[in-house]
Amino acid sequence: MIHAQDLVKAYELGGQTVRALDGVSVDIAAGEMIAIRGPSGSGKTTLMNILGCLDRADAGSYTLAGEDVARLSGDRLAEIRNRYIGFVFQTFNLLPRMTALENVELPLLYAGKHREARQAAIKAMETVALTDRMHHQPNQLSGGQRQRVSIARAIVTNPAILLADEPTGALDSRTGTEIMQLFKHLNADGRTIIVVTHDPTVARHCQREIYLRDGRVAQPSATEALQEVAP
Amino acid sequence: MMLWITIKVALRSLWANRMRSILAMLGIIIGVGAVIFVLSLVAAAKADMMGRITAMGTNLLVVSPGQRGTGGVMSGTQQNLTADDAEALLAKIPQIRDLAPVVRGNVQAKRLAKNSRTSLMGTTVTYFPIRSFEVEKGRLFNDADCDAMSRVAVIGATTATNLFGTEEPCNQVIKLNSINFRVIGVLKSKGDQGWFNPDDQVLVPYTVAMKQIVGVDHLNEIDIRANNEADLDTIMDRATKLLRKRHHLQEDQDNDFSIRNQAEMLKTADSMNQVLALLAGGIASISLLVGGIGIMNIMLVTVTERTREIGVRKAIGAKNGDILRQFLIEAVVMSGSGGAIGVLSGFVLAAILSRVTSLQASVSLFSVALGLGFSMGVGVFFGFYPASRAARLDPIEALRYE
Repeated sequence: MIHAQDLVKAYELGGQTVRALDGVSVDIAAGEMIAIRGPSGSGKTTLMNILGCLDRADAGSYTLAGEDVARLSGDRLAEIRNRYIGFVFQTFNLLPRMTALENVELPLLYAGKHREARQAAIKAMETVALTDRMHHQPNQLSGGQRQRVSIARAIVTNPAILLADEPTGALDSRTGTEIMQLFKHLNADGRTIIVVTHDPTVARHCQREIYLRDGRVAQPSATEALQEVAP
Repeated sequence: MMLWITIKVALRSLWANRMRSILAMLGIIIGVGAVIFVLSLVAAAKADMMGRITAMGTNLLVVSPGQRGTGGVMSGTQQNLTADDAEALLAKIPQIRDLAPVVRGNVQAKRLAKNSRTSLMGTTVTYFPIRSFEVEKGRLFNDADCDAMSRVAVIGATTATNLFGTEEPCNQVIKLNSINFRVIGVLKSKGDQGWFNPDDQVLVPYTVAMKQIVGVDHLNEIDIRANNEADLDTIMDRATKLLRKRHHLQEDQDNDFSIRNQAEMLKTADSMNQVLALLAGGIASISLLVGGIGIMNIMLVTVTERTREIGVRKAIGAKNGDILRQFLIEAVVMSGSGGAIGVLSGFVLAAILSRVTSLQASVSLFSVALGLGFSMGVGVFFGFYPASRAARLDPIEALRYE
């Protein structure tokens, strides 16, 4: 599903060049549920941006679902994101002044699939078990409900990959666990799920993890290892 | 579908920021309101003026003295139109039904302690039917009064109120430039015509006006009424020939008088209206410009405020063009709403105008279309820069924006 080789990304920061990614290779098979974990500054957000086609690597190759996306233009990347990737953000990022259902429809509208948008959005809302809140606006929903809406928005186009950036970061631990259970269900239905997190308890829900340190894939140290953390 | 949801969301966010939206739209509202109102005012004034000019009779010709001067430099009016000219015209041209010589001036009209500066009209009895004046009280002066140079006066309704208040003016004596005149009649009111109030004037026999008040031996105007409209061209032709002969003009000399008909007077009135309309257009375009800058300003603020939203939209698949379109639509929705409010306020102003004046102001479909069209055009024009800024935002930068 994802085949990325030797990704390099550097930033200019205060006159100094920071290599946020320094030769990262990632292979993710279809149907996996995988965590990308690492301390802050490890480059996991940069990696997520590149895997999510929000950004392009300076060097290296990236094939997504058989398509070479390393050098595509902004608008082509927007299409790729729309078709292959569903984003779930830490702060939900639902659009205000639109109902939950309208939020969920939006990716299909951008894809030009106006006719099936309403039906597909309702189906996605069923998947996240939130059909009774479809016509509420985001500010009338709880944090957990908002994250469910944003997951519904992420799956509405039936993308190959769900990319979740700290999806439980703004939720209490019980709601967070519920959301992770939801991801597991979606994964059980065959969706590939990538969760970016610094939180070992979240990573433990995944089948495997890629650990990043200083822009490289590394082994977690003893204190950072998953089994060291109390559940 | 996309368009509809974008408009819906734009309207919701306009409503959510009511105060800010109104302030941003104010320039557009005022501009469009002014256009609607002034256009309806101009149309009403035009219809009114046309009505009055037509009411004077379509069979009317007005002879006035020419401009004095050479080589295009005008220096006052010729003094060559005489009562004899008037008599000759009436005698020699059978198509003329009747005519009235006119002498104009300004007088100080005085009655006891009451004093009024008013316009003086020296003429004959035929003037009244030609200019459709009717008598309200008393009588008009007649040919005998003209021949005998009787010091009698017919006064307009406003003049009567100015000098007499509620008292009966007929058979009272007034002083015109210190000479005693007897008021013999009061005219029916015709209403103010803007550049001239026909209700505020004193009419006396032209002989008296020439000799005793104004002190001239020429006329300012001869009003001619034709038997019917078809004769107007013939009369104009023959009158021109006759007057040229009487004024001893050579072949190569220009007329030292002018003869105008209704159509030309209507044209003059129309050109006045066009100046008004142009003026209104100028004011409107300035306020639309200011309004557009207001819209642009608020759109720039909106784009900054919603940077994150733009990032999210791009993340879920919006292309640059989608974002551009969205913010353009929002700008147009805002300016269009301003335009709609402006149209409504134009309607209200026009209705108020019709209530408080005699003008029948109505808003034309054309001016509504013009107002709405222009306001939406302003939205597109001034919304483009903020929208293209939004479209060019980098998705990661935008998502990271706090």
